[in-house]
Amino acid sequence: MSDLPITAVPPVARPRDEAAMSRPLLPLRVSGLRLAADGAALLDGVELSLAPGGCTVIMGPNGAGKSLLLKMLHGLLVPGGGEVSWNGTPAAQATARQALVFQKPVLLRRSVAANLDFVLKARGRDRARRDTLLREVGLLHKARQPARLLSGGEAQRLALARALATDPEVLFLDEPTASLDPASVLVIERIVAAARDRGTRIIFVTHDVGQARRMADEVVFLHRGRVAEHSRADVFFPEPRSQPARDYLAGRIVL
Amino acid sequence: MQNIGEAFHLALSLVLSGEADLYEIVGLSLQVSLSATVLACAIGLPIGALIAVSRFRGRGLVLIVMNALMGLPPVVVGLLVYLYLSRSGPLGFLGLLYTPGAMIFAQTILIVPIVAALSRQVLEDLHAEYAEQFRSLCLTRWQSITTLLWDGRYALLTVGLAGFGRAVAEVGAVIMVGGNIDHLTRVMTTAIALETSKGDLPLALALGIILLVLALGVNAGVQTLRMTAARQAHV
Ligand SMILES: Nc1ncnc2c1ncn2[C@@H]1O[C@H](COP(=O)(O)OP(=O)(O)OP(=O)(O)O)[C@@H](O)[C@H]1O
Ligand SMILES: [Mg+2]
Repeated sequence: MSDLPITAVPPVARPRDEAAMSRPLLPLRVSGLRLAADGAALLDGVELSLAPGGCTVIMGPNGAGKSLLLKMLHGLLVPGGGEVSWNGTPAAQATARQALVFQKPVLLRRSVAANLDFVLKARGRDRARRDTLLREVGLLHKARQPARLLSGGEAQRLALARALATDPEVLFLDEPTASLDPASVLVIERIVAAARDRGTRIIFVTHDVGQARRMADEVVFLHRGRVAEHSRADVFFPEPRSQPARDYLAGRIVL
Repeated sequence: MQNIGEAFHLALSLVLSGEADLYEIVGLSLQVSLSATVLACAIGLPIGALIAVSRFRGRGLVLIVMNALMGLPPVVVGLLVYLYLSRSGPLGFLGLLYTPGAMIFAQTILIVPIVAALSRQVLEDLHAEYAEQFRSLCLTRWQSITTLLWDGRYALLTVGLAGFGRAVAEVGAVIMVGGNIDHLTRVMTTAIALETSKGDLPLALALGIILLVLALGVNAGVQTLRMTAARQAHV
């Protein structure tokens, strides 16, 4: 991946500061966050503050920078400028306390069960939780099947189970229900809501307005690498304040 | 000198008769080359994996050197190992020269670069796919490497096979450090060279046939494994 203009954070960015380890990760402060590739600004000065608790939904047209923003908040990419501060902890040192369900899930070439065993073992968690997690996402009957043969929606559900296996304090989800059938969408939403109720901070990217209404406590609308609007859900949906968000919700093309 | 058809006939009957001398040579060949392959994998796979997941200055140069070493001429390896193992050489005290141990040594050196370079490629492709997920899970470098080696095991089997194929078929290195001593260091390739020069074509041909069948058999085995792997979505 060395040929990519965007640099990844070197691996093994582990937290050293003991005091920072026990401090809560929220509130989050993002200031002047920039990321550029080949002269194009992909994130163009993102300003964002998130309070503890609840579910923030990030919306915005394709290419707005939602996935890049999640990866930067999660400490996977080095900012081209600006700062991400998880209550004083830099993003790269907060990674271990968070989990991200990627837009395209990457599963190991092993069975469904072994994918979970792997994470539970690598992160020193109780291996006995595996079946509970699988049952929760409705994959217990597929435990022995090779994970790479799962359907798109099943793969997403396994990726969610894997994320939950690490007991994250912050859970990022990048369009986790994009290829799911309606019943499975509700299953995922229920699991995510349960995690939120247990105190996990949820940061959720979706294009599904219905889902955003069901899940969001607040909405961040991203447009051309900037935060165009950050409003409480009960404000955003009836009356978005920014023009791009109004166009987006009305189904007009946002460029 | 017999005609070719006659020689083939005799060769086949030699192969089928299960003649002890013949199969002793085959056995030693396998023993030497399989040992070299195992050793080369033990050394080369970790090197390949480490380079696959690491970014450092001079990495490009390391890759060039590694690729160049894949084409090491066996006689040169034989010569170098000879110098090291000869009585006055730095490893002379081991008394390995003209033993199967020396042949294993030489073949290991010959194929370590092959295993390292080919596995680096395989594992780097796999790592490109897994890297972001690994970072998200905060895996250590060691955890990343072992995961790549395990998930790439079917592809790596082919890498090992390529090393074995090169080892079992080379003649230059084993003849220099083994000496082609009857009942001690005579392997298929050195025996073929010797018997051909002596004019014993049936024996040379018999060994040639076995060498070919071996190559086919190992390849077929790996192919079957790969197909199993593909069915389980391992590729
Ligand atoms: N590694 C990269 N190098 C260069 N450009 C990139 C890279 N990754 C993403 N981009 C570009 O950055 C822009 C934002 O990408 P991002 O994936 O964040 O969009 P998104 O808002 O998640 O869109 P979608 O709704 O389609 O998922 C896109 O135009 C994309 O082409
Ligand atoms: Mg995206």
